[in-house]
Amino acid sequence: MTTQIRSPLPGTFYRKPAPDAPPFVADGGAVAVGDVIGLVEVMKMFNEVRAEAAGTNVRFLVENEDPVTAGAVLAEMD
Amino acid sequence: MDLSGKTLFVANRGEIAVRIGRAARGLGMGVVQAHSEADADMRAVREADHAVEIGPPHAAKSYLDIERVLAGAKASGADAIHPGYGFLSENAEFAAAVEAAGLIFVGPAPDTIQRMGDKVAARAAATAADVPTVPGSDGRIEGIEAARAAAERIGFPLMIKATAGGGGRGIRVVEDAGALDAQITLAASEARAAFGDGGLYLERLIPRARHVEVQVLGDGKRAIHLWERECSLQRRRQKVWEEAPAHCLDDATRERICAASARLAEAVGYRGAGTLEYLYDADTGAFYFLEMNTRIQVEHPVTEEITGVDLVAEMIRIAFGAPLTMETPPIRGHAIEVRVNAEDPANAFMPQPGVVGALSLPDGVRFDHMLYEGYSIPPFYDSLLGKLIVQGPDRASALDGLRKAIAATRIEGVKTTLPLHAALARDPAVIAGDTHTRWLEDWLAATTIPLDTKEAI
Repeated sequence: MTTQIRSPLPGTFYRKPAPDAPPFVADGGAVAVGDVIGLVEVMKMFNEVRAEAAGTNVRFLVENEDPVTAGAVLAEMD
Repeated sequence: MDLSGKTLFVANRGEIAVRIGRAARGLGMGVVQAHSEADADMRAVREADHAVEIGPPHAAKSYLDIERVLAGAKASGADAIHPGYGFLSENAEFAAAVEAAGLIFVGPAPDTIQRMGDKVAARAAATAADVPTVPGSDGRIEGIEAARAAAERIGFPLMIKATAGGGGRGIRVVEDAGALDAQITLAASEARAAFGDGGLYLERLIPRARHVEVQVLGDGKRAIHLWERECSLQRRRQKVWEEAPAHCLDDATRERICAASARLAEAVGYRGAGTLEYLYDADTGAFYFLEMNTRIQVEHPVTEEITGVDLVAEMIRIAFGAPLTMETPPIRGHAIEVRVNAEDPANAFMPQPGVVGALSLPDGVRFDHMLYEGYSIPPFYDSLLGKLIVQGPDRASALDGLRKAIAATRIEGVKTTLPLHAALARDPAVIAGDTHTRWLEDWLAATTIPLDTKEAI
C-alpha cells in the first residue's frame, strides 16, 4: 500500500538540513514514525515535516528547494 | 541633475520595491521591476513601467542570483540598478558585476562594500577614524590560546561572533571563563557550516545596551550625517519599532556620535546612503561602533520625517554622479516607525501568508507598504508587509499619533503585528523610553497581547 507525506504549510521545501549536508531521507530509504523527512520554510521560519507513519522505499515528488502549497504531496512510500 | 529619460531597474521586492519605484518616478525616471515567478502580481510590478521575471520563487534562484538579476537588467535596457535592502544589496561581487556590465550600481563602490561588510576590517576603519568600538579581540582569534588571552583582557560576559555573520546570526554568549573553550569550538563549526568561513572574534557584552544608529550620506568625497535613530525594541535581534531622534541621548552625546559617523563615512570615501550601528550604554554615556550597513535600511523613513530629506532619491542622484551639496538639516520633531509583519503575535509570531482582505488605512499618515485588496502574500520571503510612520512636534505627540494611526488601520484576511504595536504604544516603559535591546523579549514573555487594536487609544 502506498502512503503519502504531505506538506503542512505553504513555502519552500528542503530535503537537507543544510546545503552541503546529506538529505534527511535518501531516495528509496525507510522512515519510522516521527522521523524528519524535510523542512518547509515559510517566511524565513523553518518547520520540520515528520513522517506520521513508518514506510519503506520513500520516493520524493518534490525537488529540494522547490515551492510547495499546503497539502501538497511531498513523498510517497510503501 | 536631470534624470528624465533614464531607467532604473529595481532588484528587490515588497514594500521597498514600491518605495524605490516611486522615488525614481519622482525624479522623472522610467522603472523596470524585477520579480520572481511568485511575485508577478506584487504591487511594485503593478506600479512599474515594465516588469522582468528573473527566476523561480526560491530567492537563491531569483533575487539572490547575480547572473539572472544582471541578465534581466541588461535585457531591459536600464541605466542603473537599485538593490534595496537584503538580497544582493551588500554583495560586493554583485556591485562589481553591475559596474563591469556598464550599468550604475545605486550604492557604494564594491571595495567599500567589501571593506565595511567585513566586521574586522570595519572595526579597524572605525579605530583609524577615532570612532570608539566595543572592547574586543581586535581581529580574528586564531586558536584557543589566543581566545583565552583576549577573553581575559575583555572580561565577561562576552560574545563570540562570526566574522561572516550578521542580522543576529553567528553569535554565542559566554558568561564565564569556564564556558569559553567549549563555546569557541561550537561557534567555529557553526560559522563554517552557516557562512563557509569559521572566522571568529570576541566582543564584550554590554547589558541593557541600547541600539543607536546614525544615517550618513556621502558622494565618495564628502559625507554628512542625518542624525540618529534608536532601534532598541527588537525580537530575536530583528527590529520591530524605530524612532528618530534617539530619546536616550543628550545633545552633547548626539553631536559626538553623529560627528564620529560622518567622519568615518568620509574617511572610507563613502558613496550613497549608509548606516553606522552603535551600542549605547545609558549607564555610562559611552557609545561603541558595531558595524556599518552599506545600503538603505528598512527604518530609513523616520530619518526622512525628521530631516525632510528623501534618502532614496538622494542615493539615486549620487549614483548618477551628482555631488552632495546639502548640509545636515536641523531636527524636525520626532518620528516613530512600527513594522507591520504578517505574523500572529498571539501565536508565537507564526508567519501568516494569505490573501489580503478589506484594507482601511489611516488618513494623512505615512504607510510604506506592499498591500492591496485581494493580494496573495507569498510564503517564500520575509513577513514585512509595511511600515506605519508617524511624526509629531515631540515624542509624546508622535506616540499619540501612533496610537490613533494603529487604531485607524484595518488589514483583514491576515494576522499582523499591529496588536503588538498597539500594546507597546501604551506600555509605561515604552512611553517613558526606558527600554534596551533585551527588553522586548522579556516583556513578551510576561505579556498577553490583546488582539483588539481599538484599545490602543
